[in-house]
Amino acid sequence: MAKVKISKKRTSVDMTAMCDVAFLLLSFFIMTAQARQPEPFPVDAPASTVQTKLPDSNLATITIGDSTVFFGVTGQDVRIMMLEKMGEKYNVTFTEDEKKTFSLIEYFGVDIKQMHSLIAMSASDRARPGIQPGIPLDSANNQLYDWVLNARFASRTLDAKKENPTKRDLDVAIKGGKNIDYPMVKKVIDILQRQKKNNFYLVTGLRNEDF
Amino acid sequence: MAELNVPDPKGGGKKVRSKKMNAKVDLTAMVDLAFLLITFFMLTTTLQKPQSMNLAMPDKEKDAKGNDDKTNVAASRTLTLVLGTHNQLVYYKGQLKEPIIPPTVTGYGREGIRNVLIEQKRVVDQAMGNTDNMPDSLRKGLIVIIQPSEKSLYHNVVDALDEMAITSVDTYAIVDITPDDLKLLDEKGLN
Repeated sequence: MAKVKISKKRTSVDMTAMCDVAFLLLSFFIMTAQARQPEPFPVDAPASTVQTKLPDSNLATITIGDSTVFFGVTGQDVRIMMLEKMGEKYNVTFTEDEKKTFSLIEYFGVDIKQMHSLIAMSASDRARPGIQPGIPLDSANNQLYDWVLNARFASRTLDAKKENPTKRDLDVAIKGGKNIDYPMVKKVIDILQRQKKNNFYLVTGLRNEDF
Repeated sequence: MAELNVPDPKGGGKKVRSKKMNAKVDLTAMVDLAFLLITFFMLTTTLQKPQSMNLAMPDKEKDAKGNDDKTNVAASRTLTLVLGTHNQLVYYKGQLKEPIIPPTVTGYGREGIRNVLIEQKRVVDQAMGNTDNMPDSLRKGLIVIIQPSEKSLYHNVVDALDEMAITSVDTYAIVDITPDDLKLLDEKGLN
């Protein structure tokens, strides 16, 4: 028998194909990923086992902190119309440029009187903590009520103009911090119920049933 | 694995070799990096979308007219949860004046209120003759009334609602706390 040759195989594998695939996937994920908007008011939502997804569009979000409330709505045209209606009600006029800038703001938490200066700020300044004091919602000056009402009005009006209207009322999500007092949340819920909005979403984190 | 092209020290430094550059680049590190980034983006994109729970509050106007459901409901079907401080709650079955189960302090979660809910749901289902394949309109299941006090935290309310979802209680509602229940919390030291 001949000498047994120990074939010296190369240990390194050709990585080119693997590299190609990896970068293909990488570019896919980067392109599909939605850039996270800087939140002016980050909250730590409580966890729950319920896994209802929030709707993507036609959604208003009320973010509640210890004593501050922020408001945001999806859809740039809805935002513009809502701002116009609010301006009418509180006698504040906005230029077209200001409306345009406002339509790009995801969340805000200022008195409508200070909206001009908020719009004038740069996006990074707006997101700085402590800049926005929250929307007034006491009974004497309940602007949150009007924001929600006008957002619903704007969403309904714009929906009716579409070719095939969905006739879906604006959904409202409440995003509250885990450790805020319940009366604060109740205040917001009462505001919604006063305009006959009895159905809404509570934004929660995820957990399993073993707690 | 990763190869290092270390010049052979024994190889005699004198001979000038014509440099045969290895045309292949080692891609291992690059692949490592790419997969790391993929993992990162996958995790961040899936976690991006927040979860939520749907909440329907009882209509206030209906309450004012006085024809809301809970006044006509058998006391044997209602379980009241009064949410207090220190992540604790008091539950009782029936009316507070003549409770079927006297007010008891417990916590949230698996060790706390969940067993009570599961047990009571079973008891009520048995007493009312509910079966699993009954239409919802005919079922007369357990009714849970959640009363968060002023001192309770938001996550207590969410925890309570979560228990409703886990134990699939038929009917539940969040209502304002009554003075009697507030007194009860005071007695139990949870206010």
